[in-house]
Amino acid sequence: MTTSTMGEMARPYLAAFRARFQLMLQYRTAALMGFATQCWWGAIRIMVFAAFYGVHAAAAPISLADAVTYVWLGQALLALLPWVADPEIGHAVRTGGVGYDRLRPVDAYGYWYARTLGWMIARAVPRAALMLLAAGIVLPLVGLEAWAWRPPSGLEAALLFVPAYVLMTALGAAVLMLANVIVAASLNERGVNAILTPLVIVFSGSLLPLDFFPDALRPFLHVQPFAGLVDIPFRIYFADLKGAAALQGLALQAGWTFVLVAFGRLAMERMMRRLEMQGG
Amino acid sequence: MPQILVEALAKTYRVAERAPGLAGAVRGLVRRRWREVHALAGVSFSLEAGELLAFIGPNGAGKSTTVKILSGILRPTSGRVEVGGLVPWQDRVRHVARIGVVFGQRSQLWWDLPVIDGFDLLADIYRVEATRYRSRRDELVALLRLEPLLDQPVRQLSLGQRMRAEFAASLLHDPAILFLDEPTIGLDAPSKLAVREFVRRLNREQGVTVLLTTHDMHDVEALAERVIVIGQGRLLADGSVESLRASVLSERRLYIDFAAPAPELAIAGVTVRARSGRSLELAFDPSKIPAPSLIAAIATQHAVEDIHVDEPAIEEVITRFYDLHDAGES
Repeated sequence: MTTSTMGEMARPYLAAFRARFQLMLQYRTAALMGFATQCWWGAIRIMVFAAFYGVHAAAAPISLADAVTYVWLGQALLALLPWVADPEIGHAVRTGGVGYDRLRPVDAYGYWYARTLGWMIARAVPRAALMLLAAGIVLPLVGLEAWAWRPPSGLEAALLFVPAYVLMTALGAAVLMLANVIVAASLNERGVNAILTPLVIVFSGSLLPLDFFPDALRPFLHVQPFAGLVDIPFRIYFADLKGAAALQGLALQAGWTFVLVAFGRLAMERMMRRLEMQGG
Repeated sequence: MPQILVEALAKTYRVAERAPGLAGAVRGLVRRRWREVHALAGVSFSLEAGELLAFIGPNGAGKSTTVKILSGILRPTSGRVEVGGLVPWQDRVRHVARIGVVFGQRSQLWWDLPVIDGFDLLADIYRVEATRYRSRRDELVALLRLEPLLDQPVRQLSLGQRMRAEFAASLLHDPAILFLDEPTIGLDAPSKLAVREFVRRLNREQGVTVLLTTHDMHDVEALAERVIVIGQGRLLADGSVESLRASVLSERRLYIDFAAPAPELAIAGVTVRARSGRSLELAFDPSKIPAPSLIAAIATQHAVEDIHVDEPAIEEVITRFYDLHDAGES
């Protein structure tokens, strides 16, 4: 297949992504408020870590400086975490807009996936940029270096973080697509979000690095799908996973993305079949 | 082979039924009873390329269900449908690339984006080649007078403006068939006229097959050579507007203004429909008493100031038709 026909194949999905991205970027106030909230939470979480390290520094699996960076990185990329279903899907189902989606000559899963991806990334970009500016540049400049966001641990870590970051986004969108399908089937996002939010926040390692959990749980925690959202990419950032271990981590992220996309496609097909039977 | 073929089309929905009140709601939690609703109960018709067909019928008759099945949104319970040789729900992606759809009550454009951005996105979604897209877009923009609206977000448009933009949006990929579900609903008179004029030109000049549903009988009179009436999921009539009128209500109306207060009239085969001051409205059957004889009979006995003959309004014909077939919404 030539590049131009591939471009032509991808054209509707890129358009769907672009439309959503462009629209979400308009919400400057939301981005600023999100940034403020994330600064606030980040500061609180860092104080909790500081208190813990003051008492039990020897028991901690990572250094305080790494824990601080872990918090800032997590806060910056919070919008990439699939912890709430895409509100546009719930809206489209309630208003019957899903019907129009069925009128488009595109793969239904790919079309939604592209839109959800656009939504995630457009929310993440301004928040991450502001967080980098505040925690990575302003904090060291004002002499609070100990509390600042530090760069990746070495060149290899930085280079490996790029694919890890891409995969965490792809995996996050795949998780969201499952949530979206359940929202579409149940016509309501509340139930889905009530389960999804704690599940993702805890099992991704966003709330607390997974290495802080009891030893017995860790073999399981490190391989479950949500680990690919925070735990794996962040450990690559800190060079805790390097060489073969880092590649294994990337493979795990890719594998889970593949499985969840396949599962999401099946679920979506069934849901669409039901919509076609019952009316939109 | 007709362009659209529909045979014995049936669609049954299952609707949860619950007893009223709190007790009923609680019972519904434990054991839910289902009721079957037959939205379509065996509808057959066919349509040749380039035809313009209007679907009419009371609310809940099955018009929208038909359009949704033909456009590939819904799957029927049974029956056969082929549109341009494709079964819509089996070959969805190829099918929808060849049709355009406008739902009068929904928008397919992006609410917060300028109209032109929405058009660009649709061109990408339908993979319309760039030069063809530009010429098609410019043609539609000119036909629908959209130039001044192009950089406005869709949410700022009036309903009439938005419908014009919706029409353009549904035609950018040059579909051979256009489905319109109540395209004039809620529009003011000039906008309705503009929509009708546009649909007529599209059909006559570009040969686009049009299937529209409507409640507005003026749409039907202005546009359709052929009309299908459905009620309670069944096809009640399929023919020209004239034949429909003749089959239901062949009577004519005579409106008379007298010089003096309206007199009592007793003419065989003529009934008085309305009376006010010096005016009378009469109904008569022209096959029993021709209009000239009736007018002569009245004018020779009374001083008449004004007189004219008319057909019953199309709304009345349709209402009568629904009554005859017991098709009104139950």
